[in-house]
Amino acid sequence: MTYQLELRSVSLGYQGRTVVTGLDLSVERGSIACLLGPSGCGKTTALRGVAGFEPLLAGEILLAGRSVSRVGYTVPPEQRRIGMVFQDYALFPHLRVGDNVGFGLHGLAATERERRVGFWLEVVGLAGMDRAWPHELSGGQQQRVALARALAPEPDLILMDEPFSNLDPELRDSLAREVGELLRERGATALLVTHDQHEAFAMADRIGILEAGRLQQWDTPYDIYHWPASAFVAGFIGEGVMVEARLLADGAVELPFGRIEAANRSAPAPATRPPLGAPGQVRVLLRPDDVIHDDASPHTARVIRKAFRGAQILYTLELDGGVTALSLVPSHHDHAIGSRIGIRIAADHVVAFPADTP
Amino acid sequence: MPAIADSGPGGQAPLAFTGSGSGERQRLIWRGVALLIAALIIAPLVVLLTRIGDADAKLLSHLLEHVLPRVVGNTLLLATLVVAGTAVLGAGLAWLVSRYRFPGRDAFSWALLLPMALPAYVLAFVAVGLLDFAGPLQTALRALFGPELRLPPVRSMGGAALVLSLSLYPYVYLLCRSAFDSQGQRAMEVARSLGLTRRQAFWRVALPMSRPWLAAGLLLVVMETLADFGTVSVFNVDTFTTAIYKSWFGLFSLGTAAQLASLLLLIGFAIAVTENRLRDRAGYWSTGRGRTEAGETLSGPRAALATAVCLGVLLMAFLLPLAQLLVWAMAGWVGADGAGIDSTSLRAAGRTLLLGLAAAVLVVGTALLLAYARRESPGRLTDMATRLATLGYAIPGAVLAVGVFVALSLADRLLPALAGVDWRIGGTLVAILFAYVARFLAVGFGPVEAGMARIGRSLDDAARVLGAGSRRRLLSIHLPLLAPSLFAAAALVLVDVMKEMPITLMTRPFGWDTLAVRIFELTSEGQWEAAALPSLALVATGLLPLILLNRQAQAHASHSTP
Repeated sequence: MTYQLELRSVSLGYQGRTVVTGLDLSVERGSIACLLGPSGCGKTTALRGVAGFEPLLAGEILLAGRSVSRVGYTVPPEQRRIGMVFQDYALFPHLRVGDNVGFGLHGLAATERERRVGFWLEVVGLAGMDRAWPHELSGGQQQRVALARALAPEPDLILMDEPFSNLDPELRDSLAREVGELLRERGATALLVTHDQHEAFAMADRIGILEAGRLQQWDTPYDIYHWPASAFVAGFIGEGVMVEARLLADGAVELPFGRIEAANRSAPAPATRPPLGAPGQVRVLLRPDDVIHDDASPHTARVIRKAFRGAQILYTLELDGGVTALSLVPSHHDHAIGSRIGIRIAADHVVAFPADTP
Repeated sequence: MPAIADSGPGGQAPLAFTGSGSGERQRLIWRGVALLIAALIIAPLVVLLTRIGDADAKLLSHLLEHVLPRVVGNTLLLATLVVAGTAVLGAGLAWLVSRYRFPGRDAFSWALLLPMALPAYVLAFVAVGLLDFAGPLQTALRALFGPELRLPPVRSMGGAALVLSLSLYPYVYLLCRSAFDSQGQRAMEVARSLGLTRRQAFWRVALPMSRPWLAAGLLLVVMETLADFGTVSVFNVDTFTTAIYKSWFGLFSLGTAAQLASLLLLIGFAIAVTENRLRDRAGYWSTGRGRTEAGETLSGPRAALATAVCLGVLLMAFLLPLAQLLVWAMAGWVGADGAGIDSTSLRAAGRTLLLGLAAAVLVVGTALLLAYARRESPGRLTDMATRLATLGYAIPGAVLAVGVFVALSLADRLLPALAGVDWRIGGTLVAILFAYVARFLAVGFGPVEAGMARIGRSLDDAARVLGAGSRRRLLSIHLPLLAPSLFAAAALVLVDVMKEMPITLMTRPFGWDTLAVRIFELTSEGQWEAAALPSLALVATGLLPLILLNRQAQAHASHSTP
């Protein structure tokens, strides 16, 4: 199968320092992929490598089946047929909106260019704005112009560098969803980098978690959340705590406040997950929805912190022996800090790591 | 993998790809360009420094005994007096205008910069013409009080210091005003909230905090004073610059001139280094800009006094001299004795414009190359090259003139032997333009670099992914965005070249008299009326940078207060 974008053992770096190491990933035509990671993890460097701004130290990048980057060979960005949306949008301040969108349609006849500019402005919901100056637009509108400008030449791949980070939080989520839908409708292939998991979940079909220049996991958003491949991914995505547990010979996992029977685990592990391993000490990831409040439970825990979230309250609980856990509880169960509440395990799957992982 | 680098699967033409080393190569080329420019510009100064040692013994002893003590003493005394004068005038007026409201305050705020448009040597000859023994003032006083009446002589150290102070205080005023307006603001509010009165807050917070700006302004004043040639010539005060000129064109001893110049050069270097340090440090002192405080409204006699002080300075430094120039120019015009627009001055105006435009184009081109070098190849070496290349603003024109002459005559001696060509560049237009570029590169580089800084990296990247090669990026992104900065830079250089006196005087080819040279010649013969019209032309063009400055300040203000 040929992919629209393929990275094969790609390493990138500056001045003798390697920033991205052995990056392998492939993006199918018409899908949206995302590189997610904390700042400084190398995600922007990886994106600039794909764009052709940075030469490779090792590996190869293929775009629509043709090799565009390898050691000693870099097709310059202007010949890659890619579109890019920048964090600061990078609209040309001396050109009107229409001329910004038409910048990449240089070779076309004026009437055809005008037609396409009008078309793309309409697609992003800015019909009739072509005579406006970039500085007259709001942040969200500038973002849309940047997107229209990137899409107009109908590139093989759209790259997006933290495209929503300059926007208000409310606008950010809705625009991320909207842009995701728009890209899917147009059948565009996109690679997004961000440090914001909500943005990644809202847009991407596949997410790669990058830490210290290495790819930790390359999976669907569902599997990234529910089946984190490493303790880092488990900690970086969503909420949760790691709890000491014992893996028994029959496959059950015993926790300080309950047991997860093998038979009760309805959610099957993806085939890519390694088996749990030999019986013994393990560390288990508990999400807040894995621990539920139950007054009838024999196990109780003390409330040490609570965060009100409207429909629910996130309790931080301390069990006997100092173990902490998180529990997401419907918000009418309002308990004071310091009080003890009954809890029960309700996990349909187990994510366990060797006992020596931090 | 490298073995199959000859053809990609897409079948690209070999020209389409760039090796991974090409970015590095480009950086090296740009760094080379910066270093080459720096080397060219610094060459005359280096050649000059090698001349410190070799002098003939007789001249050296004459120099040490008779010339140096007087010249050094005069120069130091003049610089001290002018620093004191500009510090009081500049900081005082800045404080008045930025912290108080009084009648005319808004107009004075920019009008107090007007003296910048009047070259110091023009103010100097107007003052001498007005106040000299034969001038209208003393004549009138003698008519009133009898023929024995004597005022202190105008052509003196005191007169020169007063004129230079009146002419140079705007540098200090401008920097102090922006310091008081911006960085002092928050701190002043804090000080007031902690219980200090306005007056206490000024002495204990605002003034200490604006020290880097005050010092930077005063250093500019020292540079200008050391570089001044026209004013001290009018007042007959012997300083380094006039001594250099006299040794060369009076005694015909280039060796003596070179030696004096190299000494002054060392002082210039020291000041440039200090100035660079101060400028770096000033950045750390700023505490962000708050909204400008409305200022205390003065009333009654205090308001009248404030208005009178501002008006008085403006009258002495700009309005009265301007009026006198107009009167003289009219007299020359009306009088049929041919002192009006003579053909010599007219030709000089044309030559001035030609030289100014040529220098502006050269400076802006060189500045553009330097700015690109800094953008494409950032690093210590490029920074150093930029600083060296723009050092000229700290080097007095008289020093540069001697340096360029000495360096070019060396080149004229060496080149025919080395390259087998037989052309001479000493004494040609090349020499004078080279000296102009060396002196005024910093003037043009400032705006160009500021303009370049506004073109974000991502604009370049965006243009590239949209398929624009380097040519199209230059033509449709960089140049349109840089155009205002390039024009501003060219205008500033043009005006500076038009006013420039010592370089033009000492390195111009035969017949290339500029307006400044014409003014020098006319005033050394006491022909004030004839000198008035060329002076007015200079004042008119000198207003141009002030308009630019004003517009910039307004743009800045509208940015900071949304």
